[in-house]
Parts: sequence; structure tokens; C-alpha cells
Amino acid sequence: MDDFLVFENVSKSFGKVRAAADVSLTIRRGEFFSLLGPSGCGKTTLLRILAGFESPDSGRVLLNGRDITQLAPNERKVNTIFQSYALFPHLTVAQNIAFGPQIAGWPRAQIREEVDKMLHLVQLTDQAHKRPDLLSGGQKQRVAIARALINKPQVLLLDEPLAALDLKLRQRMLIELDLIHDEVGITFVYVTHDQGEAMSLSDRIAVMDKGRIEQIGTPAQIYEAPRTSFVAAFIGDTNFFEGQVVELLGGDYSRLTVEGFPSVECFNDNKLNVGDLVYLSIRPEKFRISRERPEPAPHVNAVQGRVADVIYLGSLTKYWVRVQDYRIAVWRPASRFLLDENPITWNDEVWISWHGDDSFMLERYSESDEKLMEAPPEQVGDPNGHGAAKP
Amino acid sequence: MKRSVIPLLTTLFVLVFFYLPIVVLVVNSFNASRFGGTWEGSTLEWYRMLFRETSVWRALRNTLIIAVGATFASVVLGTTAAFALHRYHTRLQRLHYTLIYTPLVVPEILMGMSLLLFFVAAGFELGLFTIFLAHTTFCISYVAMVVLARLQDFDFSIIEAAQDLGAGWWTTAWRVLLPLLAPGLAAGGLLAFTLSIDDFVITFFVSGPGSTTLPVRIYSMIKHSKNMPMINALSAILLVVTFAAVWGSQRLTKESHA
Ligand SMILES: Nc1ncnc2c1ncn2[C@@H]1O[C@H](COP(=O)(O)OP(=O)(O)OP(=O)(O)O)[C@@H](O)[C@H]1O
Ligand SMILES: [Mg+2]
Repeated sequence: MDDFLVFENVSKSFGKVRAAADVSLTIRRGEFFSLLGPSGCGKTTLLRILAGFESPDSGRVLLNGRDITQLAPNERKVNTIFQSYALFPHLTVAQNIAFGPQIAGWPRAQIREEVDKMLHLVQLTDQAHKRPDLLSGGQKQRVAIARALINKPQVLLLDEPLAALDLKLRQRMLIELDLIHDEVGITFVYVTHDQGEAMSLSDRIAVMDKGRIEQIGTPAQIYEAPRTSFVAAFIGDTNFFEGQVVELLGGDYSRLTVEGFPSVECFNDNKLNVGDLVYLSIRPEKFRISRERPEPAPHVNAVQGRVADVIYLGSLTKYWVRVQDYRIAVWRPASRFLLDENPITWNDEVWISWHGDDSFMLERYSESDEKLMEAPPEQVGDPNGHGAAKP
Repeated sequence: MKRSVIPLLTTLFVLVFFYLPIVVLVVNSFNASRFGGTWEGSTLEWYRMLFRETSVWRALRNTLIIAVGATFASVVLGTTAAFALHRYHTRLQRLHYTLIYTPLVVPEILMGMSLLLFFVAAGFELGLFTIFLAHTTFCISYVAMVVLARLQDFDFSIIEAAQDLGAGWWTTAWRVLLPLLAPGLAAGGLLAFTLSIDDFVITFFVSGPGSTTLPVRIYSMIKHSKNMPMINALSAILLVVTFAAVWGSQRLTKESHA
């Protein structure tokens, strides 16, 4: 039952561009699943393969246990909300919504009833007889949603549905989408390059880069325990330090060396061994910052530095602390009343500290491997037109 | 600021040179004088004469048969050509574009001659059918250009949306593509129709005995100028019809842009 929608080793290339590289993933029934990644990473391509507008070079797509790879778009119980909405300009709102049911040959009375229900769901009952070009962006968006949902698809595909809306409207639609998902209980596959949208809406997220899936997990898993440096850097802000594991301690902790730091203890759940080269990643909000040296405690690391920059944002103060050659970002939430204190400011000597549980290590490869990772062979279609020279 | 009188003068000249002859023609079609020049009282005699002249009616019938046929054929072929041009961007398509575009700029007399040579060489009997073929040939180009312009700002994700909502190929064409392209097709069709109706040069080359069209007939009536005022009457009628067609096609063009 959990293998509701399955991508099996799906690959797709456009000329030399690999838009999907051996993608395998499983989406559960009723889930709000997001495909998240930078522009051009292949999100839309995966969605179009699912909708039937592209056919993969290899691999299969299964819906409810049935192989749908070769089915035409109109033969799939899957509906799409297009980035440009793609409403029919010659039909009214109500006629747009009724399009699918009419094609499917529902009885007239039932169509009218369902259209009314949908208009009500997306709060467009007053606009039912307007043409789409008279509607605002948010209203068009809701027509597109209603037009898709009325067909009771097994999966609803949304390709950056909020990208064309302004910030305020986007936040409102975000909440509405969430409510609609709860109400209809249909599986949503949501494409976005906006991590905020993905984090706030999704049950699970697949982070993509260059046609590959980098990590699949709940928003919290992806934020707190990214598995690759790409994910760590793409989701939220983080500080990276290069280090090396020197000792395995009890309780899944490891000791590592980071140049310019006293010895660092970090939680090690990636099963790294002594001698492994790693990136140590610490998110800015995980640090504590203080004038005095913090009390030593188990697994708590501390390092001294000088404040290089301060930005006061009200609810948050952002510090950049110079330690050796590093400029470390430290976010400090205003959880206490700040005016009483003697606030930390520019050029102050400070201590920053963090608990070993709050940082994570990602495997780093040797220098030459590192170059390979930055320019993988998939990136043949680079702007200079050179193929990636394999060393 | 002092306004220049030059635009006003230009406008006046255009009005005088362009519309005055037309006005004279229309007025003369009601003039009782056989040679025009002086006004000798109003009459509908020329119109009456015109309606009795069977050769004119035969020519008109020929013209309409050809125009309707050429319009239909060129709308179908021109639209498919426009789709091909819009959809694919290969080197072959660039050649295709040039081939479609060329008839718009080639002198008519050249086209008429070459078509005549071709028909004769191919052993076609000159007549209605050859005129129909010739008209279709140049009308395709006009229709293709009009429809292509319409396709440039056509949002093809709408087609995908229709398929996504369960429509097959025919349903999509019928319920989405056709309604949205209809104004463009109608504009192209009207253009083809008017071009075909008043074409003289090409028709003159490729027509045969018994296939005289109206423009050719008018020409020969002028040449054997017995009945000048009758031609005035005919021209006045043609004028009204043409204006109506142009007005209609502009209405359609505007509507589709709104
Ligand atoms: N029809 C196509 N022809 C050629 N290349 C294509 C085509 N569709 C996509 N691509 C290429 O495949 C890659 C992935 O494209 P895709 O549209 O899936 O990216 P995306 O993740 O949706 O990006 P964005 O966030 O910009 O929408 C891109 O490099 C793109 O240029
Ligand atoms: Mg995209």
C-alpha cells in the first residue's frame, strides 16, 4: 500500500543534458511530496514524465502497482497544475472547471453539482461566469486547482504553482494549498525551488541536483541531518569547516581536528572512520555566543574569535565571527530582552560554542576527488561548450 | 507650439488622389450621361443593364467558385504549413519558410507566366481548375503568414492542459485549438478570399475559354468600351462588397487580440 507511486531507475536526457539520472523514489498514498532543487535540476522533467508529456529514456513509472510509463497523458488518472496555469481563455471559470468531467462524459446534473462544490472549495463562486483574463493571479491559480481536482485524480502534480504570485499572496495560497490537501486527501507532488514552501508544506521532500536525487526525507531530517554537502548548503544556511576524524569516542561521538580550532567533538551517525576527511557543518542558529568562556560540559565545543560584523534584525541578530580564516555565521534569536545587557558588538572578543549533537559531518573526498565532484561528467553541456575533460 | 501644416496637406492629398477617383466612379454609376464628365441627371439604368448582362453573371459565378475553393484549400494547407513552421526549427524548415514566403514578393507577372508554362507543359487544360490551383498557390502563403503570426503568441501549455484533463487528439483540436485559432483562420481566409476575387494578372495568364473571371471580364469590357457606365456600376458594387469583407476581417483580427 505504501508503494503508491514509484519511479524505477528513470533516466531522461535532452541531447547532452541529463535531466533525470537514474531516479528511483517511492511516494506514499495521500502524501504531500515535494521535489526541491535549483533551477534546471530536472524537477519539471520528472513531473512531466509522471504526467505523460515526456517518456523516459529508460526506467518505469508505476502508479498503484500498474506500469503507466507508456500511457498517454489523457489516459492517466493524474492531473497537473501548470506553472502558467494554462487556463482555457475562451471558456468561463465554470466551463474551465467543467472541462475534464465533460470529456469524461459525466451526466450534466452531476457536472453542475461538482463544479459548484469546487467553486465553493476555492472560493470563486462569484467569479463563475468570468473569463480567466479578468481574474487576478491568485484567482487563476485557484481555478487551475479546481479544474484539476474536480477529476478526482489519484495524484495532483503542481509545478511551482506559486512562483508567479507576489509574496503576500504566496503565503496565503501556501496555507490554502495545505488546507485543500488536508480536505481532499489526494497525493500531491509539488515542484519548487523554494525551500520555504517545500519545508512548510511537505510530508517528505526529495532534494535534487543535476538530475539526481540527493536525499529524500522529512523536512526535519533534511534540515537537521543532510546527507550530502549539497543538501546541507542548499537547505538553510550553514557553516562548513574542513576536518579529519582522529578518534572514535563512545556513544557515537567522534573527535576531529579542524584547523584553528581546539579539538572538536561531533555526533557521528554517518559511520565515518578514523582518518576520513570530512566537512563539519554547523547551522548558524546552533551556536551560542558569549563574552565569557562557557562552562566546559560533555560534547560541548567552544572557540574564541572576534566579531567582524553585526546585523540587528529585531527578532534575530546576525553575527559574523572571525576565527582564523573562517568567517562564521552565528544567528542569535532575541529570546531575551536585549537592552538591559551590554550587547555584543563589532570587534568584541567572544566565545562561540555548540553541542556536538547540533553539528554534523559529511564525508569529504581527497583533493582530486573533490574536483570530480564539482564537475561531474553529467555537466557536459556547460556554458563554454567544452566537454568535461576526464582526468 | 505652432502646428505644422504638412501633415494636414499630406492627408488632403492622399484623400484627393485616392478617394476622389472612387467617388467620381460611384457618382458616375448613377449619372445618366453615357460618357460621364457632365451630370445629366440620376439614373439606375446602368445597374439595370448590368443585371441583364449574362456574361457578367457567368464571370461572377466563376470568380466565386474559384474564390471559395481557393480559400478553403489555402486555409487548410496554409494552416498546416504554419503549424509545421512553428513547431519545428530545423534547417529544412528554414527552406520551407523561404518557399512559403517567396510568393508574397515574387512579381505577379512572373508567377502568372511560370504557372502558365507549367500548366501547358504538364498538359493541364486551362480553365477554372488551373485558376483555382494558381490562386491556391499564392493564397497559401498569405494564410500561412497570418496563422503563423497568431501561433507565435499562442500558449501551447493549453494544449497540454487539455490532454492532461483527459482530452484526446481530436477533442483537443475541436474544443481548444479550433476555437482559439478561429479568428486567425477567419482572418487568413478572408484575406485569401479578397485576394482571389480581385486577382487579375495571374488569372489572365492561366484562364482559358469559358473560365473568364470578373476582373478579366471587366478588363475586356473596358477595352471594347461600349458600356463604360455599366462598368462603373459593377465597380461600385464590388467596392461595397470588398469594404464589407475588409471590415469583417479587421473586426475578427481585433477581437482575437483583445
Ligand atoms: N524539451 C527540452 N529540450 C531540451 N532540453 C530540455 C527540455 N526540457 C528540459 N530541458 C533541460 O533539462 C534540464 C532540466 O530541466 P527542467 O525543466 O526539468 O528543470 P527544472 O528543475 O524544472 O528547472 P526550473 O526550476 O528552472 O523550472 C535543463 O537543463 C533544461 O535545459
Ligand atoms: Mg521547472
